Amino acid sequence: MPQSGAAPVGAGGNWVNECQRMADGIRRRALAHTIVHGGYLSQACSSAEIFALLYGHAMKLGPSSGPPIPPRYEGWIEDKLERVPGMVYNGGRAAETDRFFVSPTHYALVVYSALIEAGRLDGSALDQFNTDGSRVEMIGGERSPGHEVNGGSFGQAVSQAAGVAWARRFLGDTGKVWVFLGDGELQEGQSWEALMSMSFHKIDNMILVIDVNGQQVDGRTEDTMDIEPLARKFEAFGAVPVAVDGHDLEALNTACEAPHDGKPLAVLAYTTPHQGIPILEERFPHLHYVRFRSENERDRYRAALSELDAGGRAA
Amino acid sequence: MKRVRQPHRAALIKWGRRQSESIVISGDLTASCEADGFRQEFPDRFISMGLMEQNMMSFAAGLAREGLVPLVHTFGVFMYRRALDQVEMSISYADLPVRMFGFLPGVTTPGGPSHQATNDIGVLRTLANMSIVEVGDATDIEGLFELSLEVEGPLYIRMLRGDVPRIFPGGTGLKLNTARVLSAGTDIALLTSGICTEEALRVTGLLSGAGVSVAHLHVTTLKPFSDPHLLEAIANARYGVITMENHSSIGGLGSCAAEIIAQEGLGKRLKRISTGDRYLQGASTTWLMANYGIGAGALVDSLEQLIGEPLGISAESIASAETSEFTGADQLEAL
Repeated sequence: MPQSGAAPVGAGGNWVNECQRMADGIRRRALAHTIVHGGYLSQACSSAEIFALLYGHAMKLGPSSGPPIPPRYEGWIEDKLERVPGMVYNGGRAAETDRFFVSPTHYALVVYSALIEAGRLDGSALDQFNTDGSRVEMIGGERSPGHEVNGGSFGQAVSQAAGVAWARRFLGDTGKVWVFLGDGELQEGQSWEALMSMSFHKIDNMILVIDVNGQQVDGRTEDTMDIEPLARKFEAFGAVPVAVDGHDLEALNTACEAPHDGKPLAVLAYTTPHQGIPILEERFPHLHYVRFRSENERDRYRAALSELDAGGRAA
Repeated sequence: MKRVRQPHRAALIKWGRRQSESIVISGDLTASCEADGFRQEFPDRFISMGLMEQNMMSFAAGLAREGLVPLVHTFGVFMYRRALDQVEMSISYADLPVRMFGFLPGVTTPGGPSHQATNDIGVLRTLANMSIVEVGDATDIEGLFELSLEVEGPLYIRMLRGDVPRIFPGGTGLKLNTARVLSAGTDIALLTSGICTEEALRVTGLLSGAGVSVAHLHVTTLKPFSDPHLLEAIANARYGVITMENHSSIGGLGSCAAEIIAQEGLGKRLKRISTGDRYLQGASTTWLMANYGIGAGALVDSLEQLIGEPLGISAESIASAETSEFTGADQLEAL
C-alpha cells in the first residue's frame, strides 16, 4: 500500500496537484457517504485542503501499521493488550516523526477519507462508518483510525497535545505535534488555557491548524457566540497567528512553515463550509449535520457528485 | 407502543407560557435539545451561550440569584462532567433553582463516550441540595413543569428527546419522590428507570404466564430516594429486588436500592442490571443495550437467578414481544 505524508510527491515537484487530488477525493467520499447515510459533509468541504495538505505534504508521519480494513470493536470484551489505537494509522510513535491530534473528532468522516486518500486505510472502511461494532465511529474515539484521543468533548485535545509536545521536547524528540481544531470550540475556555500554557512554556514544536468555517450547530458562529478577532486573540495569548485562505494549498503550506521561535504557531485557515459543492450553500447556515430527506434532493446531490467524479472542481 | 414526536419541544413552550421568569440558556445545541420552539416563541428569554459550559453554569446561577428560573439545555455530559465544579460551587452550594436538562443518557446516542452520560446520576447524587429526576416517557416529560414547582433548589433532569414512548396516560403528571406503579406483586420487586422501563415491559408481559408475580415500579426520582411505595414493594418481595437502569453500575438506581435496603433493614437480595463499570462505544441504542447488559435478556437472567428456576421464556418470545425501536434503520446523528 502506498504511504504518503513523509516526502513530497515527485521530489519537490507536484505536491500541490497531488494534494488537490486528495482534497477532491475527500469531498467526493464524504458526499457519496452523506447521500446514502447523512453525515458531517460541510466539515469535509471546509477542511478538505487542510487534511490533504497535512497528510499529503506537511506532516512527517511514519508508515501506517494499522490494518487497512479496521477490525471489529467490541468494547465490553476488548483485551487491553490487544487494543489497536487509532494513532497507528498516523505512523505511531518515533522520535523523529510528527504526531497528529484531531480535536473536534466530529470530523471523523474527513479523517477517514483523508487516510484513504493517503493510502493508509482501505476505501471500503467507510462502509463501516457509524455501524454497530465498528471502530470507524461517527465521532472518533481512541480506537478510531487516525485518532489519538477522543476529542468529542471540545477543547481537551489541544491541552493533551500540549502535554505531549512538552514531553517530546523533554525527551529530545525532533518530531512536531500538529493539532487540527475547529473554530467553534475556541469558545471553550480550555482552548485559551491551553494556549496560555503553551506560550508560557515556550512550546514551539507545536502547530495548530484551525478550520475557521464560521458555523456551528446552532448556525453562524457570529450569531451564536462571536469569536473574532481571532488573530489578535491568538497574538495576545502569545502565539504566532497566520490567517490564510484555507482552500489555497500553497498559502496554507507557507503558513505552516512560518517562523515561530519560542512560540506555538496558529494557522487560522478561513474556509467556506460548502466549498467544492456549491449547491450545499442552499442549506447555509444549518450545515452542521447534513441529511437528505427526499429522493429529489438526493438526485440533485448525486448530480453534484458526478460533477466531482468528472474531475470538475465545480467551483 | 405509541410514540410521541419531540414531547419536550411542546412542553417547554408551555412551560414558558406558565412561568414568565423562566429563561432558556443553551450551549449551541438548541434544536438538538428541542429548545428551538421556545427560542422562536420567547426570543427575549432565550440566551445563546455557544460552547462554554463552565461559564454557562455559573452564568445560570447568576440569573437564578435575581429570581429568574434558568432552564439550562445541553447534553448531560457537558454539565455533570465538563462543568462539575461550576455546578457544585455556583449552583449546588448556593442552593439555587437552576433546572438542568441533561440529554443523551447512556446508550441513547451513537456519539461514543464523549456524548454518553453513563455516570451522571452517580456523580450528581453526591452533590448536597441537588434533586435528580429521570424521564422514561412522554407523560413524564410533560409533567416536569409541575414537578419543578416542588423543588426549591437545583434540579437535574435526565432527558429523552426525539420519538419518546407514551407508557403512562397523558395528564397523569409527575410527582417528586413518587414511583409509578406498573404492576403489583409479591415475588419480585422490579425497579426500572428511563428507557429501561419500556424495555422491561417486553419481559413483564410474559411473566404472569410463567407464574411470577412482580411489583414493577418506574422510578423517576433518584434523589431524594425515600418513596414509601418503593419501600413497601421491596419489603414484600419474596425472592428479592431487581433494578435495571441505563447507567453505569456505580451510583445509580441500583446503588440507591442497595442503600435503602440496607438502611431500612429489609434484608432482600438485589440484582443490579446496568451498563457496567465501563465506558460504552459509538453504536445504536438497541445494540448497546443488548451487548452492554441492559436488554430484556439480562432481565430474564436476573429473574431466573433470584427465583432459582428457569422461567421458560425463550429468546424468541421476548423478540416477538413489542419491540423497542429507539432508532430507525439509520442511526441518528449525535447532535
